[in-house]
Amino acid sequence: MVTGKAVENVAVKLLQLAVTELPQDVKKALRRAYREETNEVGKAQLKAILDNVELAEKTCAPMCQDTGVVIFYVKAGSQVAGLDKVEDALRKATVKATEIIPLRPNAVDPFTQKNTGDNTGKHIPYIHWKIVPGDTLEITALPKGGGSENVSALGMLSPSQGVNGLKKFVVDVVINAGAKPCPPTVLGVAVGGGADIAMKLAKEALLEPLNQPNPNPELAKLEQELREAVNSTGIGPMGLGGKTTVLDVKVDYAHRHPASYPVAVLAQCWAARRASARIRSDGTVEYLTHKVA
Amino acid sequence: MKREMTVYRLRTPVSEETARKLEVNDTIYLSGTIVTLRDAAHRRALELHKKGKQLPVNLEGLAVFHCGPLVKKVDDGWRVVAAGPTTSSRMELFEADFIKNFRVRVVVGKGGMGAKTVDAMKQYGSVYGAFTGGAAVLAAKAIKQVKGVEWSDLGMPEAMWILEVEDFGPLTVAIDAHGNNLFETIQTKAENEKPQIYKKLSLK
Repeated sequence: MVTGKAVENVAVKLLQLAVTELPQDVKKALRRAYREETNEVGKAQLKAILDNVELAEKTCAPMCQDTGVVIFYVKAGSQVAGLDKVEDALRKATVKATEIIPLRPNAVDPFTQKNTGDNTGKHIPYIHWKIVPGDTLEITALPKGGGSENVSALGMLSPSQGVNGLKKFVVDVVINAGAKPCPPTVLGVAVGGGADIAMKLAKEALLEPLNQPNPNPELAKLEQELREAVNSTGIGPMGLGGKTTVLDVKVDYAHRHPASYPVAVLAQCWAARRASARIRSDGTVEYLTHKVA
Repeated sequence: MKREMTVYRLRTPVSEETARKLEVNDTIYLSGTIVTLRDAAHRRALELHKKGKQLPVNLEGLAVFHCGPLVKKVDDGWRVVAAGPTTSSRMELFEADFIKNFRVRVVVGKGGMGAKTVDAMKQYGSVYGAFTGGAAVLAAKAIKQVKGVEWSDLGMPEAMWILEVEDFGPLTVAIDAHGNNLFETIQTKAENEKPQIYKKLSLK
């Protein structure tokens, strides 16, 4: 049994953790990029990023003024009672987090251009549901910044282009994006399924921990190949030059229609913010991405 | 690029002579007065100038920061909470006239600017300093005092915030007064690298 109040409290905490403190794997990847960067300007940018991350964590302030559009991924155990209260609780949590952290209000009506002021609106926060066996509720908050989202791309390639077409598409997207997505970015890449499915999988790939090879050896190889390829563009941190244009590339796929070869590329800025927690049936909470005292 | 990166600690107002000394890849830390201006404030400043009116602050030698800060009201004034740079290309429409009319010496933002700004910087002696995108807390830390706010009718992010800063940076000189544009150089290099990258991926 989960109560609306418990979900709300955990979700507020997740948003706070996400915007003020990067997960360990992202911090590690940024530090490694800093150590390995040989371009002086790129290195200085990474230093500024690391200083900023540390300062945000210490002062409990959002690490970037763009605190993103709020997206939740929910893995709901099929035995969990009270799931009907989760959506309402996540909306309430978003309103509350906006006020107390604070988050920048980022939910704008696309027709009237009016900002709702509390980060909620039609379909926002967006909730991705997955029903899984068990009696726990796992929630992930993904506050997604606009600068990196704006360089996302979908290519409806010809199946005859195949994997080579995918590789070229990814390289071209990264070069076209240049400085815009606040590199070093994390790239989510997905192929197959259909236009929407590829995009959804690409974004979900951004939730995978960095610098851990894909369990599928073929995909692990492709990820490495893509990572090396885009890092040889020289775009570098903040597009000012260097060898770290991406921290990592994450690939996923779905089987495709014989006539289609959809390839989706989603970028996440250096502030690769996410936070997850598991609420157990006895009401205890385990934070999965952050250390919580 | 011709030489090693040099680090400059500058105090505003910055002279034209100093601005012309800077070259792409150099690093600047600014102290003194800087002013935040986004699209709407650029537009208003140019309109006032056209009508022959004075701006609330003389911008000559100062730095303009493309930023919509998150500011909190405190007992005796304001405190800047977060102040990362916004995308500068939106200001491309105004910046050349802005440099010409007001002789600002440093423009601070993210993502770089276009050919019109590069030309104006060369002609009048200004530079573009790239501040790390998203590094909002780092920026806020260097802001020691809010000296004033003008045009608050434009809303908090769009108003003109007059700030006293200390060692505000690092700013990477990405456009200098000699016509160099680092973002463009990097972008062209990446484009030129494409055939090599394709080849390595065994693509045609």
